[in-house]
Amino acid sequence: MNTIIFRTIAPLIVAVMLVFSLYICLRGHNEPGGGFIGGLIAAAAIGVFGMASGVAAVRRALRIDPMAIAGFGVFIAGFSGLLSLFTGAPFMTSIWVFPQIGATTLALATPMVFDFGVYCVVFGTLSAVALALESDREEV
Amino acid sequence: MGLTLDASIALVAIAPFLAAFVAPLLHRLTGRWTGWVLALVPAGIFAFLLSLLAPVARGEAIRAGFDWIPSHAIRLSFFIDGLSLLFALTIAGIGTLIVLYSGAYLAGHRHQGRFFGFILAFMGAMLGLVLADSLLVLFAFWELTSIASFLLIGFDHRRQAARRAAIQSLAITNIGGMFLLAGGVLVHQVAGTWEMSVLRDMGEVLSESGIYGVVLVCMAGAAFTKSAQFPLHFWLPNAMEAPTPVSAFLHSATMVQAGVYLLARLSPTLGGTPAWTLTLTIAGGATLLWGGLGALRQTDLKQILAQTTIASLGLLVLLIGLGSPAAIAAMAIYFLAHAFYKAGLFMVAGAVDHETGTRELTALSGLGEKMPVSFIGAALAALSMIGLPLSIGYFAKEEMYLGLTGGDWPSLLALLVLVMGNAMLAGVALLLMIRPFLGPALATPKPAHEAPIAMLAGPVVLGLAGILAGLLPGWLGHDVLVPAASAVLGRPVDSHLSLGLDPASLLLWLSVLTWALGILVYRQADRLRTLLRRFETALGWTADNVFDLCMFGLIRLAGVVTRFLHHGQLEFYLIAVFAGLAVALFGPMFAFGGFDWLVPVAELGDWSQRLAPPHLQPYEWGILALAALGLVAVLIAGTRLVAILSLGIQGTAVALIFLLFGAPDLAFTQLMVEVLSVVILTLVMTRLRLDERDHRPFEDWARDGTLALVCGVGVSLLLMLVLNGTLDPRLADFFTRTSVPLAHGHNVVNVVLVDYRGFDTLGEISVVMAAGIAILALLRRPKMPAAPKPPRRRAPRRQAAKAPA
Repeated sequence: MNTIIFRTIAPLIVAVMLVFSLYICLRGHNEPGGGFIGGLIAAAAIGVFGMASGVAAVRRALRIDPMAIAGFGVFIAGFSGLLSLFTGAPFMTSIWVFPQIGATTLALATPMVFDFGVYCVVFGTLSAVALALESDREEV
Repeated sequence: MGLTLDASIALVAIAPFLAAFVAPLLHRLTGRWTGWVLALVPAGIFAFLLSLLAPVARGEAIRAGFDWIPSHAIRLSFFIDGLSLLFALTIAGIGTLIVLYSGAYLAGHRHQGRFFGFILAFMGAMLGLVLADSLLVLFAFWELTSIASFLLIGFDHRRQAARRAAIQSLAITNIGGMFLLAGGVLVHQVAGTWEMSVLRDMGEVLSESGIYGVVLVCMAGAAFTKSAQFPLHFWLPNAMEAPTPVSAFLHSATMVQAGVYLLARLSPTLGGTPAWTLTLTIAGGATLLWGGLGALRQTDLKQILAQTTIASLGLLVLLIGLGSPAAIAAMAIYFLAHAFYKAGLFMVAGAVDHETGTRELTALSGLGEKMPVSFIGAALAALSMIGLPLSIGYFAKEEMYLGLTGGDWPSLLALLVLVMGNAMLAGVALLLMIRPFLGPALATPKPAHEAPIAMLAGPVVLGLAGILAGLLPGWLGHDVLVPAASAVLGRPVDSHLSLGLDPASLLLWLSVLTWALGILVYRQADRLRTLLRRFETALGWTADNVFDLCMFGLIRLAGVVTRFLHHGQLEFYLIAVFAGLAVALFGPMFAFGGFDWLVPVAELGDWSQRLAPPHLQPYEWGILALAALGLVAVLIAGTRLVAILSLGIQGTAVALIFLLFGAPDLAFTQLMVEVLSVVILTLVMTRLRLDERDHRPFEDWARDGTLALVCGVGVSLLLMLVLNGTLDPRLADFFTRTSVPLAHGHNVVNVVLVDYRGFDTLGEISVVMAAGIAILALLRRPKMPAAPKPPRRRAPRRQAAKAPA
């Protein structure tokens, strides 16, 4: 399975998948997608990367422990809900801002931060599990 | 002062807690003077409470409080009448001396600051308890005293005995706390109020209700555990593991007196019935005698004192049980007298221990010359304990006997018990006063010298207070006895204390009899001790052993249950999970007649129409065929890898169905989940080093297959049922209508996930992360030694039945 073709093409696939996963995550509010699916795609990418280059290489490339990413996800998801404290609204009331940058209007909102948190949790947890399983008795 | 009365009274209970929080920090700043600084808190409380004495003595009751949980009509309410003021003043007054004393006793201890924190919190809890009006507030402070005493008893947590004693007291008193909560809720159910001051005026409402017996059992259970009544008394002597200031405080004014307070407080509500009188007098009398005998059995100063506390608590409960005006008055005075002399004696015992290095009665003698002030303190306390005239203890004893000279046999029996109990206590008091301090001097582990002033202040002040109160019977009667007894009895009583001794009075001769018996006990103390110890050895077991048996039995039971449920065999976990799922699916269907709904009996004749094939497009048929193909492949797959992949095919087909029927989000997710499941299952397979093939004996195969079929059929039936019903579209309509204007999103599914139902999602992602951590923990388990695991199944069976799947 670990052929030279797979190993050569894998980084390319991984890069595309990761970018695609972010795209899916961000477009989720208006079209099919969202943090959960995005996270799944990114985790699949990590799984592919791990099979091709070995777990050690993936961990080096990630720099951060995947479980820490998951923890960060839960944190910012909860934090995005807490922001509504400042507007005096109940927990998790969404806040929207529409800054104008040139001709485009950006839609920024706390649900987006929340969705990114979901992305991080799914991505981090599944990558951690996949890597731990792939690392197969060498490293853990 | 600028505070309202409400706030100041609440502050009485809360200020010690605040002081407790700053105590460790303060200790760093003030060093060895911390005791003096912190003693200002209880002293201030004492002064404030003293200012309330005059109005309360006039018969006023002070109420204060704040709304706590207004929606349930629960108030943080306080109530000060004669009874609570007597207790509160005693707690704050002795608390001041105890804080001072601990400053010297624990000087230089590493955790002295922490100790101050604990003991102040303990005092706050106790003050809150006696001032509380609402039963729930009482319960809250009651539990706080349990927790604080747990921390104090286990303060020296490096010693196993201290830890055990702490856990024991927590277990016993918390059982009592549960009783109190249950009793309080029942009272609320009957009377419709939490406030004890209201209950008091309701008269017979409770004693005439049908659940009076249950309430009585609950309240008596609470009081008896807290106040160490026989046979639940055993935790109290063990609590001696605590540093001496704690023992002095715990035994005189706090903790154990909480039960006495509760009974006294509830006696207008629950008292007066034969059941009440019988329960309390029997328990109290037995405890009095048992404690007295226990004290004579011991030679350790603190143990002796602990046993006399048990006796005194029994005495107080007995008096409350008797319930006559004289008995209640005696209870109030005896409580005060006991608090004075017991705290004093404990402090002296602690000083002796601190300065000589031992508290063994047989090893101490002739300390009077080297520790004269301690001797005076001990002697003053002992005079009160014996009940000699001119001390407060004398009045307590007179009052006790006063109501029992009627001549009927229950009174005579109670009188007999009281005389015997008091005689034993008097004998013990003589022992404590004479043995360590008089006679020839003995060498002690540390050269004996007088204790520092902070440690002497307590015994001397309390001893003098005991004498002073004895010299001022007018004040004692008017300011202590009458308000407290009136509060308990619910009607004004007269004070009739006087200094005069009347030789014609029977009471005096009863006292003389008590003293004579006390001297006899003192003279025969050594012989009695030998006898009692022989009896104890012959008995062979104590309540303490029973407690141990229960605790270890509990641990063993937990082990058995855990091993039964958590046996570590994955396949049985899975079987349990799926069997549970099957029950959950089919149970409600049977129970609520779901089958009849699904297949109405009237239409049963029409089966041909029901079995007609659905109208589907060819490509839809193709996808269904793909799913079926995957399913069949799983069943006939030769190796596990093929089975996993085939499951993926089936799942992908399902994802395609979702896509075709207008759920792109779901399809998308399903697809990703299928891909990852295949990857992760394959990894798990290699990781667990499973066989490539699935060798399952036929029985297992049949069992698992049946379970899978049952669950599958169950889920299908459930889905059909759901589709049969009418869907309530209101919620869906709301989401579709508002997702753009309210949440700026066109993808309703996503908007629901991250906005409308974001809180659910937050919970779900937390679960995902927690599950991930659990999986990692399982995978990172330390490697087993390389020894091959013994095959779980017998080999011949495995070969005999090779499962086809």
